[in-house]
Amino acid sequence: MKNLTSQTWKQVINLSLLGGLITVLIALIGMVEAFAPRFIISGLISMGQVFLLLPIFIFCFLNLRKIGTARKLEQFMVGAVTGLIGGAVVLFVLVVGQLVNLRSVFINASPVLYQIITFKVPFPTGYIVPLAVFLLIGLIATGIYILPTRWRSAVIQSLGVVLLLGLMRDLLVAVITRWGPLTVLLKWMFAFSGMSLIGAIVVFIVMVGLAYWRSTRPIAQKKTTFTRRDKIIRYSGLGAIALMILLLPQILGIFFSEVLDTVGIYILMGLGLNIVVGFAGLLDLGYVAFYAIGAYVMGVLTSTGLGFFHLTFWEALPFALIGSVLAGVILGLPVLKVRGDYLAIVTLGFGEIVRILALSDWLRPWLGGTQGIQSIAQPKIGPITLDNQADLYYLILAGILIAYFIATRLKDSHLGRSWMALREDEDVAQAMGINTMSTKLMAFATGAFFSGLAGAIFAAKLTSAYPHSFNFLVSINVLSLIIIGGMGSIPGVLVGSLVMVGVPELLREFAEFRLLAYGAVLVAMMLIRPEGILPEARRRLELHEEEPIEELAENDTAQAEVGD
Amino acid sequence: MLRTFRQRITPTDVIIWLIGLVIAVVVVYGSIVTLSKGRYDLENWVDLTISGLAIGGVYALIALGYTVVYGILRMINFAHSEVFMSGPFTAVFLADALNRSGFLNRQPVISLILITALSMFVSMCIALLLERVAYRPLRNAPRLVPLITAIGASFFLQYTFRGLYGSGIRAYPDIAALAGDLNWGPIHIQRTQLVVIIGSLVMMLILFGIVQLTKVGKAMRAVSEDKEVSALMGIDVDRIIVITFALGGASAGAAGILYALLFPVVNFFMGFFPGLKAFTAAVLGGIGSVPGAFVGAMVLGLLESLGPDLFLGGLGIQSPHQLKDAIAFAILVFILIFRPTGILGEKISDKA
Repeated sequence: MKNLTSQTWKQVINLSLLGGLITVLIALIGMVEAFAPRFIISGLISMGQVFLLLPIFIFCFLNLRKIGTARKLEQFMVGAVTGLIGGAVVLFVLVVGQLVNLRSVFINASPVLYQIITFKVPFPTGYIVPLAVFLLIGLIATGIYILPTRWRSAVIQSLGVVLLLGLMRDLLVAVITRWGPLTVLLKWMFAFSGMSLIGAIVVFIVMVGLAYWRSTRPIAQKKTTFTRRDKIIRYSGLGAIALMILLLPQILGIFFSEVLDTVGIYILMGLGLNIVVGFAGLLDLGYVAFYAIGAYVMGVLTSTGLGFFHLTFWEALPFALIGSVLAGVILGLPVLKVRGDYLAIVTLGFGEIVRILALSDWLRPWLGGTQGIQSIAQPKIGPITLDNQADLYYLILAGILIAYFIATRLKDSHLGRSWMALREDEDVAQAMGINTMSTKLMAFATGAFFSGLAGAIFAAKLTSAYPHSFNFLVSINVLSLIIIGGMGSIPGVLVGSLVMVGVPELLREFAEFRLLAYGAVLVAMMLIRPEGILPEARRRLELHEEEPIEELAENDTAQAEVGD
Repeated sequence: MLRTFRQRITPTDVIIWLIGLVIAVVVVYGSIVTLSKGRYDLENWVDLTISGLAIGGVYALIALGYTVVYGILRMINFAHSEVFMSGPFTAVFLADALNRSGFLNRQPVISLILITALSMFVSMCIALLLERVAYRPLRNAPRLVPLITAIGASFFLQYTFRGLYGSGIRAYPDIAALAGDLNWGPIHIQRTQLVVIIGSLVMMLILFGIVQLTKVGKAMRAVSEDKEVSALMGIDVDRIIVITFALGGASAGAAGILYALLFPVVNFFMGFFPGLKAFTAAVLGGIGSVPGAFVGAMVLGLLESLGPDLFLGGLGIQSPHQLKDAIAFAILVFILIFRPTGILGEKISDKA
């Protein structure tokens, strides 16, 4: 047990100030107010308040971790100081906001925001509220921090579950009500908005118990031999999952099917971009171009509005795919000579060129200019037209299965190994006899193929194609989802799409902050966990083994220099 | 590269040169047709040239930020377009306040200096923040990692400013002293354009002077040459990197005000295209070289302004000015393919 020095206190104060500033930033960006109507626990805590208080909670943990072992009293003091300083920063903004009209500059500094910060306490006393609340949060955070490790992680996990359930309340209730009599079993957990207090408490206690029980169990040894029984369990499990996936649109209803379709199209693109960026290490920021080409070829060939050709969806699909692959090769041939960073910018430029051309008056007679292409043919199978969300879901699912199969098979093929060699070191790969040009071209073409497929399906789904659906942000969405999932990891694409595309689609308020969150998540991911949520083994090795090796090399050269 | 001296000519090279040839033919043919038809007279061309020089000057100041950072860290600071946006998007509030108090039209010079100073300060702060939070921890990471971070930071900043100041556009007030044209024979020049051209030239000279003549500039050049050796020579590399970002940020902030003089509306998305084009300019001039950024930006500004009418107008393309961004990106693509070192650039090794 060592006493805290003034140096550590200084660090604690700095971090707390940072926490306070982040809180203020979150408030002024508008996240607190936008999420205020969405309650986590009905009538008690809203998502807006969570956003307001979470930074200080986290910074409290950071501070406590920084000071390491200390007496309990000191830990509580650190927690209290963190909370108080955070509260003071917020209070400062509150006072300034009362004296000056901040709203002429910061559009979100509205009276509503001040009300949320003061928890609706009227003003003279209202000034004390942020201090008191943040102090309380600091103490609570310390209280959780000093729990034994197992209990601590159990509590944090359970808080996360409650947060998630409360956040997803509308959707969960919508699903539950479709179950008929079973509804009663779960309905009591939810209130009019968010969870009911009792529901939250019960869920919290159950989850803490579960999490604690799980953490006390011995970790199962990884099996090396599989008995017949294991196999049966495994296959029946897989079968159940497959059945679930097949029945999803029926279980969840139209709204969810729409979300699933969007997620599915992004998965398809993600699988393609994963080959280009994840396997081959070519950062392609113009990936949307191939998506656009797929959609536009589909449009031009089938649209009755334009009236050049009247092919059906299935007749036009090969042309759309060939079109995007050709575009991939044509772009790839010149562009793949440039390396690394430049490639990113060049492909970005290409994506913009495609969009600008689609928008231009020059190509208007063929591509429709700003008005886009309407009445694109919908896919038909026999007598059935796939025109609703649930039917299209199966089409997209089929596309994903094909893409998934191709991607997994390619990964460990000769070509896949060449891609990874290229990613790790281009010069060495070339020295090993890999034709870098054709290998890169294959990556580009395969990526373009998947993207073109996604584009064609997208056009048929909307029965229209507009240039503004194909802007740079689509490329960024796809890039973020594969980075979040883990570059080069195929299951990562699925997880990434569900998190990065599915969640914003489900939470309406989130739509406005979607790109903000993408940006923050990309930066945070690169700083903290560059290999992604579900990393690919080899990629993780690359990212984490490099550092010691580089150090070694540096030491060697340093020694050599000393020797000279 | 591992090619022997019997450099093989691959099919790729043939295709690339064919593409180059086609482009050259199209450009020359389009220009000849336009000029022979005589649709535009001298005055039109002079006008276009002047507006090209003005926008080129703005690009030059933004490009400087890309080029000095690339020179030292060998990374594309993708978020530089947001550094550029942050300055004028913040300074518009000051301009508005000055306009309402009437100070702007009483003392236009002082007001402009104040506004520019604020814009430079804000942009500089954002650049420094970016360096500290996003780039410094990743200095030795694999190359793709900082680039992705930069892209993320770019979006984060864009939408942070959207959240803070709103998603709508905000207009800079008109300055009465800068309204109207100056005429010398066939040359008409808007006063704002004149201010922008002179302002960018002065800024460029100052920055060039800092890089070439001062001790800090010398240290910057040394660090961009070789980080380890400069550290051994007693240069504080971290400090030089910070100064580099500050310099690039300040120049982007100044560019932002000049840009706002030309196009007086600002919004959170305003940085994207100028940023990309300034990057093109930096590559065109030879990335890493300060005079190169200037030359590249001027060439790009002129091509962008004259190009649509000169090359594309002659081909019978309707409303060719819609395609001016496409021209800029096409230039970028072809420069990188045919002369990756740019006009004034030295050979930068691929694996720095």
